[in-house]
Amino acid sequence: MSAALRVEALSKSYGELQALRDVSFELAPGELAAVLGPNGAGKTTLLSILAGAQQASSGSVSVPARDVGWAPQQPALYSKLTVAENLELFARLERVGDPRASVAAMLAQSGLQERAGELLANLSGGNRQRVNVAIALIGDPPVLALDEPSASLDPAQRERLWEFVAGLARGGTTVIFSTHGPGEAQRHADRVLVLDAGRLTFDGAPAALIAAAGGGGQDLERALVCFLAASEAPTDPVP
Amino acid sequence: MISLLRKDLLILRRSRLTVALLVLYPVAIALLIGFALSRSPGKPHVAVVDETPPGQTVQIGGRQVSVSAYVDGLFAGVQASRVRTRAQATAEVRSAKVIAAVVIPPDIVSKVSSDTLQAEVEVIYNGNALEQSLVSSQLRSALAEANLGFSEQIQRAAAQVIAVLLHGGNLGALGAPSSFVGLEHLPAVLERVIARTPPGRERSSLEEVAGFASFAAQNLGLSRRVLTSIGQPIKIRTTLLDGRRTPLDTFAVVVAVTISMMFLAVLLAAGGVALEREEHALARLIRGLVPRELLLAEKILLSAACAFAVGLAMLAGIGAFVPLDWSRIGQWLAALACGGLAFGALGVAIGALAREVRAASLLAFLLSLPLAFLALVPAGAVGRGFYDAIGVISFVFPFKAALQALDAAVNGARPALPGAVAHLLVLGVAFAALGRLGLRRAS
Repeated sequence: MSAALRVEALSKSYGELQALRDVSFELAPGELAAVLGPNGAGKTTLLSILAGAQQASSGSVSVPARDVGWAPQQPALYSKLTVAENLELFARLERVGDPRASVAAMLAQSGLQERAGELLANLSGGNRQRVNVAIALIGDPPVLALDEPSASLDPAQRERLWEFVAGLARGGTTVIFSTHGPGEAQRHADRVLVLDAGRLTFDGAPAALIAAAGGGGQDLERALVCFLAASEAPTDPVP
Repeated sequence: MISLLRKDLLILRRSRLTVALLVLYPVAIALLIGFALSRSPGKPHVAVVDETPPGQTVQIGGRQVSVSAYVDGLFAGVQASRVRTRAQATAEVRSAKVIAAVVIPPDIVSKVSSDTLQAEVEVIYNGNALEQSLVSSQLRSALAEANLGFSEQIQRAAAQVIAVLLHGGNLGALGAPSSFVGLEHLPAVLERVIARTPPGRERSSLEEVAGFASFAAQNLGLSRRVLTSIGQPIKIRTTLLDGRRTPLDTFAVVVAVTISMMFLAVLLAAGGVALEREEHALARLIRGLVPRELLLAEKILLSAACAFAVGLAMLAGIGAFVPLDWSRIGQWLAALACGGLAFGALGVAIGALAREVRAASLLAFLLSLPLAFLALVPAGAVGRGFYDAIGVISFVFPFKAALQALDAAVNGARPALPGAVAHLLVLGVAFAALGRLGLRRAS
């Protein structure tokens, strides 16, 4: 099967600081991959380069930025517009064929029909994040990049989000998401990519990471901590 | 572009307080500045104590000049209220009912009439340094006017006396003959006498007297003309080197409109760009959905359109009270449009450099207000080096160019509209490029 997303030798530097170092991986259609790593590992940088929000210093991404749906870490929405107006704006900017129909579909998918006329400023953090993810999906992109999508959601909302994302993956959408919750990755991801100081130090199934950590347990969080401690990644800081 | 414009208009519609402040604040500031510019300083309210006896006059030959002429001259230059005593005047100044008091002492006539003493009036004032400076300046001007008027009357009386001495007539002075021959007639009379006088010492003496009388008559005539001319020794003749005279009222209108447009467009454009960052939407927009140039162009157009509408409304509104030449409306529209675009471009440059709306608004405000004041500093009001520096600053920011464009459009002033418009467009492109540079690392 051909790769839906191919990343080759991706590097990004901010002056002297190396945020990403020669990162390469491939994702198959419908694959759900989690990017793990400590703060400053380069997770957000990787996803924003995939989305075209930043330019890589070197390397390549096989999918054009317009074909990547992107939900940034902080909801990128207009608080003085309603939920529906936000969705419609980005639907029009994405040049979706029927923006209103697309908005209706996204409202239904995200369960926000009853909030459609509410200003973003009046929504909870969780609902804003749902709108943020819905906007990422509005152009029906083949690849979805979600930067800590469950960060401000309560447990019920998280479950709903992951059900929704899993449904997209089953439908053939390739999903790559970053998270600080290894448990989430263990439950929902097919693949785990571990970044440490800008280097891709692990690429494989969650169970393989547990095995690689040599802990003998079933807890991905503990395995990740052991793995990072054992790895000999360079320690220079990245933003 | 249309989607972005629609979005920004929706946001503006829901930010009524912000929009109201954006429009009303600059209009209020502009009208205050315009009002201050269009009004000359008012006459100071001054108490006047005239301690001279009623009807007292200064005697010049047989002519009399009333001291009331001096008081009347003083009254013309101030808002005067008469009080009877110096103590009352001092009390009025202390209680701030008047800004100052002028005391005309009883000996003013004797001193003016004397050959050796200079007459004095006393000025009493109070208040802080600024008030003292204002009072001092305005009163000096009023007193100078009164002095000038009084001295003109004295000169006129003196000239009349000289005229009688020269041409003959009745001087009217105590002890003077009822009728003079007149100095200019003496040479002819003496010539006739000399003709009948045989040669000798007596005739020689008469010829000397006739020669002196002729010389004296010529010089007395000259001194009369000199006396008349020193009443106003130097007249002012004005020559305008460039442009035409712009009435202060219509110039104030232009200043008010330009200031309003600048605040509105700069704040709106700066806030609009900064809002995209603050809402974290900028990174989402520029990742291929909207080119940065288009985003900046949209902000510039929106802010320029709003500034244009407010500027035109102000001109139309003020035009009901101040006569404006409506036949030049085509030029007004060109100046308003180009001014709005240049201010919008300055705004996006500020917005692109600032990271949040508050910082952008503060920066826009801090930059705009001094720019307006600097552009209004007249030549000669400050040192040459400072004025040159002001000139450079005013040249690289759009306020002065917009002011000149609108002044040319509304009042036909120089420099002409095409030059000012071209200047605005160049500045607009430069600031838009700066804004684009500021968005380079937008994410």
